[in-house]
Amino acid sequence: MHETTKTKPGIALPPLAPGMQGFASDWASDQRAFKNVSWGKAMMWIFLLSDTFVFGCFLLAYMTARMSTTVPWPNPSEVFALNIGGQDIPLILIAIMTFVLISSSGTMAMAVMYGYRRDRRKTAALMLLTALFGATFVGMQAFEWTKLIHEGVRPWENPFGAAQFGSSFFMITGFHGTHVTIGVIFLIIIARKVWRGDFDQEKRGFFTSRKGRYEIVEITGLYWHFVDLVWVFIFAFFYLW
Amino acid sequence: MAQTAAHAEHQEHPIKLYLLVWGLLFVLSVCSYLVDYFGLHGYLRWGLILIFMVLKAGLIVAVFMHMAWERLALIYAIIVPPVLVLVFVAMMVSESHYTLLTRVNFFGAGP
Repeated sequence: MHETTKTKPGIALPPLAPGMQGFASDWASDQRAFKNVSWGKAMMWIFLLSDTFVFGCFLLAYMTARMSTTVPWPNPSEVFALNIGGQDIPLILIAIMTFVLISSSGTMAMAVMYGYRRDRRKTAALMLLTALFGATFVGMQAFEWTKLIHEGVRPWENPFGAAQFGSSFFMITGFHGTHVTIGVIFLIIIARKVWRGDFDQEKRGFFTSRKGRYEIVEITGLYWHFVDLVWVFIFAFFYLW
Repeated sequence: MAQTAAHAEHQEHPIKLYLLVWGLLFVLSVCSYLVDYFGLHGYLRWGLILIFMVLKAGLIVAVFMHMAWERLALIYAIIVPPVLVLVFVAMMVSESHYTLLTRVNFFGAGP
């Protein structure tokens, strides 16, 4: 595709160079480095980068605690097993939560696609479905927390092994659950705007007084996919390792 | 005007691509769950977990977050800094070995 700098209409700019040459000239140019990306999308990416470091530090703290303890680490496969039909199935609740979150990522990707096709109803419906999956995920996490707390897991002790297990678990999954909850609220707000047709009528937002665009669906999508992305790492390092 | 410009700029991707990636994510998740279900151990377990994790993360970032269609200026600005976290990982691995050593030396009873 012929790429051009995103700018105000009427101002013609030379086409952008491709590949590494483009990388060098974009970063060496005046004014802005991200040529064909709107400020909203660029800022969401930069926020997500900072959030990556937050979760990176949490996982690092967990790694350090697990590597330096002299007490054996509890086996997550057994701790998170559920008894279904008289049989202990390892890690089953976490597996279901993973599938719920991946499903929500799929519906979000569809919502972004229909947003760019300016299909108001399908976009709003898919965003609400995504929010519903997200809420289901948080509900299952609440169930998991309740179960573990009843079994005596606390941030300072637990009956299964190393004491740091509880603090790592509550901090990492708690922070992730908070992100999912904020995402659900964000999704519902934007889905309502899409449904009302704010972006078709170019209605001004009540907070910023700026005209909204369908691009906000993609920006919401970036946040939502990031939440799923973090879960991929938590699932691998905390639950499976 | 601005609307049409912004609209034309965005590439349309066929629905098939999203469904394919969605399916792949499900398959990869099932695979990583099976690693635990069959109780694999040691380097085989860790290797498989890491491979499935990186594949899933790559698919989400590249296709669902549209990173594959962005310019290199944005891709490098976002992808390179998290990779540098690996340096921090190496530092903390060394630090935890030292902590473990002192704990075993001064408080007895090793793992």
